[in-house]
Amino acid sequence: MDLLHFLSFSFIQRAYIAGGFIAILCAVLGLFLVLRKLSLIGDGLSHVSFGAIALGLFFGFYPFYVAVPLVLLSSFLILKLTEKAKIYGDAAIGIFSSVGIAGGVILASLSRGFNVDLFSYLFGNILAISAGEVIFSIILSVVVLIVIWFFYNDLFSVTFDESYAKATGIKTGAVNAVLISLTAVTVVLAIKVVGIMLVSALLIMPAVAALQISKGFKSAMFISALFAVISVLVGITVSFFLNIPAGGAVVMVNAFILLLSFIFKRRS
Amino acid sequence: MPVISVKNIDFGYGSTSVLENISFDVERGDYIALVGHNGSGKTTLIKILLGLEKCRQGSVKIFGEEINKFDHWDKIGYLPQVTSSFNPLFPATAEEVASLGLLSKKRYPKRLNKNDKAATKKALAMFGVENLKDRLVSELSGGQQQRVFLARAMVSGPEILILDEPSTGLDPQARDSFFEIIKKVNQDKKTTVIFITHDVGNVGKYANKILFLDRQLIFYGKLSEFCESGEMTGHFGEFSQHLICHQHHEHHQHESKE
Repeated sequence: MDLLHFLSFSFIQRAYIAGGFIAILCAVLGLFLVLRKLSLIGDGLSHVSFGAIALGLFFGFYPFYVAVPLVLLSSFLILKLTEKAKIYGDAAIGIFSSVGIAGGVILASLSRGFNVDLFSYLFGNILAISAGEVIFSIILSVVVLIVIWFFYNDLFSVTFDESYAKATGIKTGAVNAVLISLTAVTVVLAIKVVGIMLVSALLIMPAVAALQISKGFKSAMFISALFAVISVLVGITVSFFLNIPAGGAVVMVNAFILLLSFIFKRRS
Repeated sequence: MPVISVKNIDFGYGSTSVLENISFDVERGDYIALVGHNGSGKTTLIKILLGLEKCRQGSVKIFGEEINKFDHWDKIGYLPQVTSSFNPLFPATAEEVASLGLLSKKRYPKRLNKNDKAATKKALAMFGVENLKDRLVSELSGGQQQRVFLARAMVSGPEILILDEPSTGLDPQARDSFFEIIKKVNQDKKTTVIFITHDVGNVGKYANKILFLDRQLIFYGKLSEFCESGEMTGHFGEFSQHLICHQHHEHHQHESKE
C-alpha cells in the first residue's frame, strides 16, 4: 500500500487530526507539569479516569461525559488535600489513583459485560476515533490552549519560583487550580490516543526531551509540541503498517526521540 | 506617614510562637539591617511584610493600607534567597526572569509590551548584566544570578526593596559591589531597603537603622543609638557591636570626605 492510499483513509485522517491536537496540548501542559515536579499527576488522574469510565459504561453513559467532570473533581480534591491536610502531593495522587483503579475493577466485575470496552480504554485506540470525538478533541484542545495562553505569564512565574510569584501578588492557589484542571481535561482527552496506562508518557516524554536541547522556555514549548506531534503521527503510521497497537507505538517513538535528545545533549 | 507600619503582631505555628508583640515603623528612605540568630523570626517577619504569611493578631499597614487589602505589589521589590528559591531546571533567560517583576502591574492576559521590554533591559543594565539577557539563568554564576534577581526586584521601580540574605553565595568583591549598588538605589531614588543579614560587616557599612529580632523586638533604631547602647553589647557581644560601629563610623567619615 502506498502512502497516498494510506492517507486517503478517513479513519487515518481523523486519527492524525485529533492525535495532533492532543499531542500539542499534552506537550505544552506537560512542560509546566514536569518543571513543577507534578509529572505523575497525569498517571494518577488517568487511573481515576479508569474508575470514571467504568462508571460511565456501568450506567450506559458515554464514558468521556462521566470522566471529564469526575476527573476534574478529583484533581481539585488532590489539590485541596495537598494544601489543607498538609499531605505531600505524591501521596494525595497515590490515594486517588488507587481509589480510581479499585472502583473500576469492582464495577467491571459487577457488570459482567463491558470488560472488553474497558480494556480498549486501558491501551487506547486512536484509529477507532469517531468524527464526533475528533470535533470534541479539537474544541477542548483549543479551549485548553487558549486558557494556557491567557495565564501564560502567571504559569511561567509560579513554575519558576512560586514564593516569589506569591510575593508579587499572583494568586498562586488559583494558578495551581487552573493548571491542575487543565491537566484533568487533557488526561481524559489523551486516553483516546494512548490509553489510560500510557497517558503520562505523552505528558512527560516530549517535555523532558525538549528540556534537553532547548535554550529558553518558549523554544522548549515549541520543541516539546513538535516532538509530541511527530511521535503521534509516526506512531499511528507505524502501528498501521506493522499492525501493532497505536498507543504503544506512539510511546515507543517518544522514547526513541528522548534517547536522541539525550545523545544530542551529550555531544553538544 | 510611615511606608510600613507594624503594630503588635504575633505569629506562630500551632503552639509554637515565632514572633511576639512586634511593633515598628519604617520611614521612606530607611536602609534597615534585619539581624538576629537562626530561628529568631527574621524570614517570617519578611514573609508577613510580603503578605506570604498572616499574623495571628496585630496589624501590618503598607503605605497606610492594611496588608490584606493592599494590592500595589509593584511598589515592593523582593529578592529571595537565591539558593532556596527558584527552579534550577527551568530554562528561563535572564530577560524573561527580570521581566517577571512587571507582572504585578499588568492586567490579564498580562502581555509584556515594548515599554516593558525596554524597562527590563534598563533594569538589567542598571546591575551590569544586560549582556547576559539571552543566557539561561541556571547557567549563570551566583553573583550574576543575584544581579538578575535584583533587576527583577527593581524593574517595576519599587519604593520598598526587601532582600533576604542577599550576600549568600557571593564572594567579598561581588558582595561589596552588590551592596554599593543597593546603597546607590537607596540614595538616588530614596528607595526604602530592608535586608536580612548574618554578616555584621555589612550592617555598619551600609545600613542607617538596625532591627534586632529574637522572637521579640530587641532593638530598633539608628546605628548611632545602637552603638551607644550598653544593653546591645550584652545581646550582640562586644566584638560584633564594635565591628558594626567601627565600620559605620569609617564609612560615614569616608562619605563625608567625598
